[in-house]
Amino acid sequence: MTYDQPAFDDHMSTVDFEVARRPHITVNNEVCRSCRTTDCVYACPAKLFVPTSDGGILFNYEQCFECGTCYQVCSGQGALSWTYPDGGHGVAFRKG
Amino acid sequence: MPEHAGPGTTSTVVAATPQRAVDVVVVGAGPAGSAAALEVARAGHSVVLLERGPYPGSKNVYGGVVYGRVLDELVPRWWEQMPVQRWVTRRSTMIMTPTQALTVDFRTQAWAGPPYNGATAHRSDLDGWLAGLAEKEGAVLVPSTVATGLLRDTAGAIVGVRTDRPDGDLTAKVVIACDGVNSFLAKEAGMFAGKPTGHVTLGVKETLRLPRSVIDERFGVAGQDGVDIEILGCTRGIPGGGFVYTNLDSLSVGVVVDPHGLAGKRLRPEELVADLKRHPAIEPLVRGGELLEYSAHLIPEGGYDTMPELVGDGFLVAGDAAAMCLAAGIWLEGVNFALGAGMYAGRAAVDALKVGDTSKTGLASYRRMLDESFVLADHRKLRRVPGLVLGQRMQESYPAMLCDLAQGLFHVDNPQPKPGLLKLVRRTLKRHGIRTRDVVSDALTGVRSFG
Ligand SMILES: Cc1cc2nc3c(=O)[nH]c(=O)nc-3n(C[C@H](O)[C@H](O)[C@H](O)COP(=O)(O)OP(=O)(O)OC[C@H]3O[C@@H](n4cnc5c(N)ncnc54)[C@H](O)[C@@H]3O)c2cc1C
Ligand code: SF4
Ligand code: SF4
Repeated sequence: MTYDQPAFDDHMSTVDFEVARRPHITVNNEVCRSCRTTDCVYACPAKLFVPTSDGGILFNYEQCFECGTCYQVCSGQGALSWTYPDGGHGVAFRKG
Repeated sequence: MPEHAGPGTTSTVVAATPQRAVDVVVVGAGPAGSAAALEVARAGHSVVLLERGPYPGSKNVYGGVVYGRVLDELVPRWWEQMPVQRWVTRRSTMIMTPTQALTVDFRTQAWAGPPYNGATAHRSDLDGWLAGLAEKEGAVLVPSTVATGLLRDTAGAIVGVRTDRPDGDLTAKVVIACDGVNSFLAKEAGMFAGKPTGHVTLGVKETLRLPRSVIDERFGVAGQDGVDIEILGCTRGIPGGGFVYTNLDSLSVGVVVDPHGLAGKRLRPEELVADLKRHPAIEPLVRGGELLEYSAHLIPEGGYDTMPELVGDGFLVAGDAAAMCLAAGIWLEGVNFALGAGMYAGRAAVDALKVGDTSKTGLASYRRMLDESFVLADHRKLRRVPGLVLGQRMQESYPAMLCDLAQGLFHVDNPQPKPGLLKLVRRTLKRHGIRTRDVVSDALTGVRSFG
């Protein structure tokens, strides 16, 4: 039996974002390079943390759900600077 | 002072005069915030309801079933107005292994008419409706505005919030923090001091479009009747659970899962949803559904023992911000608790304003009202349930054991004679390495919690 699980990009394309100029979350790769668990890579529901070949993390804030999972699971001191986007910006769920 | 809200916010000390811009500021137009603002406005006080999203509900995600009876106290005949998808008349609890499923299925037409029991609804509809009720009573909803920190007087009492608007400081006699699970304001106010933190579960959900008639047929319902399925054993041993809910012409399918458990198993949350949708017991229900929206949100799952202090000088905390969500396996209730807590917070603010004392002492009726109501009574009673339901036995051993037990009962193995029930139970327990002692102890915890 085959099953059509749409690719993850198709998942994200169902969500509306009012992307802000300011990146509301930033990642400090110095810390990530020595991270052994990379919990963020698995737990971020929007799959925004991508491991790079040099052991760092590529992060793009634009399609973030603002859920807080990354800062909850991250054990790297100072790896993440985490804020909500400014008023009116960021994700806008239509169903929720 | 950072001008953005987050884990690193700090308070600003201001020279506060007794004159304040408004009586009450409520942060967050979710169910807790709108209920609080409604009660304050109804009593004739000025109240501003701040919401960081462009419209109420825009940042919010849930499963989606609302238990509406708490609204009896807020809105007469609420069921005639609430933006409901379907009224839940059938509730199933399913325990599964990758190839088995055992379901307890209950239905009653008693839930198909007023005052109903549970209803499915979309958050953008529900939260918009609730905020609208507060506005009708005179609350001022200010969307697209983030409360970025607290204002305090020199004695430490909370006297307002800073926002990310120009000239954004808003002074108030009472601040009610209804800012949801991340609860940055209560953390900044020190309400979580000495409390265990990090008790959160990640919920991910797909909303799948299907024709109404197809949903009616697959789920065996008609009219506006709907179905709620809670699932245990679908998260590959990571603490959590799953759900399927029927909307009018869409389904909500998702899992809630301990986010700390994913990396260890090299699994991602959307893979668990895909797993669930492929399961032989679920696939026939969701087949062909077109993805309308993928979404995710955190849930406070720690229950009573992880709740913060609820009352400070000029400050109250309600709803998910105070960990008042009941997330324990087959229960996923938070909107009703948020509505109740918000309502009592609003009333406590009104009590305090009436006597002109908005200190911790003046606001103390909040805690009393919560204690006397379902909000804290249920949480106290069920305080051990999260640990029980999220424990390894409930997550892995019991689902597998019960499914095998059912299979053993129904399996016809002629010419072998049928095994006796006790023998079957003993054999199945043994095969799953479950000790009778643990079963008895878990059963006792269950009986003490629910008895
Ligand atoms: C996957 C999932 C499934 C669930 N299923 C159910 C269910 O079926 N039934 C049920 O009853 N409950 C369910 N819940 C729980 C329920 O969603 C919550 O308990 C409920 O939403 C809590 O309401 P609240 O008002 O306290 O917080 P929220 O609904 O989270 O509202 C908080 C509001 O505050 C705003 N805000 C936050 N910070 C700021 C700030 N600094 N400035 C301005 N605004 C701010 C947010 O944008 C948001 O609108 C589920 C939750 C999840 C995640
Ligand atoms: S963000 Fe945190 S969890 Fe992710 S790689 Fe960096 S240190 Fe590790
Ligand atoms: S807040 Fe949530 S969606 Fe955004 S990056 Fe962190 S985990 Fe991913």
